[in-house]
Amino acid sequence: MDPAENDKLTSTAVVETDEVLGPGQTYRSVSDRVSDMVLTWPIGYRWAAGLALALGLLFMLNVALGWVFTVGVGVWGINIPVGWGFAITNFVWWIGIGHAGTLISAFLLLMRQKWRTSINRFAEAMTIFAVACAGLFPLAHMGRPWLFFWLLPYPDTMGVWPQFRSPLVWDVFAVSTYLTVSLVFWYTGLIPDLATLRDRAKKRITKIIYGIVSLGWRGSAEHWSRYEMCSLLLAGLSTPLVVSVHTVVSFDFTIALVPGWHSTIFPPYFVAGAIYSGFAMVLTLAIPLRKYYHLEDFVTMKHLDFMGKVMLATGLVVAYAYVMEAFMAFYSGNTFDRYMMMNRFTGPYAKVFWTLIFCNLVGPQVLWFSKIRRNPWVLFAVSLVVQTGMWLERFVIIVTGLHRDFLPSSWGMFYPTRWDYMTFLGTLGLFFTLFYLFIRFLPMIAIHELRDLVHKTQHEKTAAH
Amino acid sequence: MAKVPALYGLMAEFETPEQLLEAAQRSRDDGYRRMDAYSPFAVEGLPEIVVSSHDKVPLAGIVLCGGLTGTLTGLVLQWYPNVVGYPLNIGGKPYFSWPSFIPIMFELTILFSALSAVFGMIILNDLPQPYHPVFNAPRFDLASRDRFFLCIETRDPKFDIDRTKDFLIGLDPVDVTEVES
Repeated sequence: MDPAENDKLTSTAVVETDEVLGPGQTYRSVSDRVSDMVLTWPIGYRWAAGLALALGLLFMLNVALGWVFTVGVGVWGINIPVGWGFAITNFVWWIGIGHAGTLISAFLLLMRQKWRTSINRFAEAMTIFAVACAGLFPLAHMGRPWLFFWLLPYPDTMGVWPQFRSPLVWDVFAVSTYLTVSLVFWYTGLIPDLATLRDRAKKRITKIIYGIVSLGWRGSAEHWSRYEMCSLLLAGLSTPLVVSVHTVVSFDFTIALVPGWHSTIFPPYFVAGAIYSGFAMVLTLAIPLRKYYHLEDFVTMKHLDFMGKVMLATGLVVAYAYVMEAFMAFYSGNTFDRYMMMNRFTGPYAKVFWTLIFCNLVGPQVLWFSKIRRNPWVLFAVSLVVQTGMWLERFVIIVTGLHRDFLPSSWGMFYPTRWDYMTFLGTLGLFFTLFYLFIRFLPMIAIHELRDLVHKTQHEKTAAH
Repeated sequence: MAKVPALYGLMAEFETPEQLLEAAQRSRDDGYRRMDAYSPFAVEGLPEIVVSSHDKVPLAGIVLCGGLTGTLTGLVLQWYPNVVGYPLNIGGKPYFSWPSFIPIMFELTILFSALSAVFGMIILNDLPQPYHPVFNAPRFDLASRDRFFLCIETRDPKFDIDRTKDFLIGLDPVDVTEVES
């Protein structure tokens, strides 16, 4: 990137670099920079304002869900034939967003990709918060959420057991496993960093709290060796897990006979879409974070560039799936599939469909240019476009599949109500509330991994000389 | 007899992981066996030098057992309800339609393995352990920041306060301190 252009983008003097870590970093400087953000930075008005906004949205979520639980899911626009509506759209969207975090922390660890180091911690946090948001929707959508435990196999007095040939029951196990594993993976990564915070904390109470949660970590060589083995195993377990979770989510659709759902391309197509939207969310979070916390030398141009490339690649997989889906609908000769596809192109939801095509297929093609991938705010805009597109994609799959199926006499329309919008925007509040608290109370970058990165980059330099 | 504070060991402080590695190797060559090294990140090759006892069951073994338990749990958990407890005819499929049990068996395999990995690591490491004598070393808070420590413990048969101290000073550390237990 042209240096002059670079200056225009960032008003304060920042070190933009093409390495995975800015120059001149030492073990001490990386430890102090990241832990200071938690320990000594004052509470800024920007952070407080952001948290206030997020809490406002969270309050709206409480109102919306309270109303849904009081009156029933009828306050949403769902009815027969469209019984899934926003709730399941949001569920799939949030779960998909989570997948990028696991991919960064697990798959890129196995691939020994050094650029994962500065972004994995907050990407994993994003995963957990996104899965928490996702989990709300199937619960609320049940209608009688206080009976959610009927989904679990336990010997009840009615003598009734779940029916395990249903993908909806698989989903319960997939999502709860995913949340649990992501949570323990995240916490394991945090232990040595919490020890750093404990050792650097000045206030006694801070010391005690971080002391408890760091479990008395002391960095013993024997501990590190088991710790590294544990991280490696967790990475190896999480990588197939992340693929399985969205595969199971896609089974919710493919096992049904609804035209537009019953398709073998769904599992890989859903996984690619999940990574696509997830990397978009990582960028949405990373770009403001690096700006406001002056992390330009930790989350560097190289990170933005690589994430842009991952988005481009997964976006192309998604594009291929769209094309194949349309092709197979016509090639199969199946009347209902053909009609479903024509209905998407020209039917009552055609505007939504073409917006989605623009957001997911056309717009992100700008990522072919390295100038765009290295321009943070353009990249930020692209990431928002992609997330919108991926939300619309799930909406189109669910609604156009259901609203006109086999019998024209049972066709209908889906119109979202204000409660639909409030629930969706409300979960954004939940997500950002958790995220704002996270960046304030926990190190948002993996400190011990940064020190390891400092060590490795120094080694490379001395080896090069 | 005058009361002397009990000693846990002697702690040497180093500035780089390379120095620590070299110091650990030299201590081992000199015959010391009961020692531990403390570093702010995992230093490659260090555990092999300072750790003399090996886990009877390695972490990977625990995870394998956990994973297989998960697979089996998944199978039984679905077999019993759908074959014995509440058999339902779904689309004429056999009651024991095992292919549709695979997703949950897989998920539980991962769940049990991951929990075994984390809890195995924590338990084998004797965590949580809020108190440990090494925290008494005056500059030990730097072990989670940028300094590298080697501690030769008094329980080492070769340990002798004066000779071990001289030996550690000979390794060119920043500092050598006594660690009270």
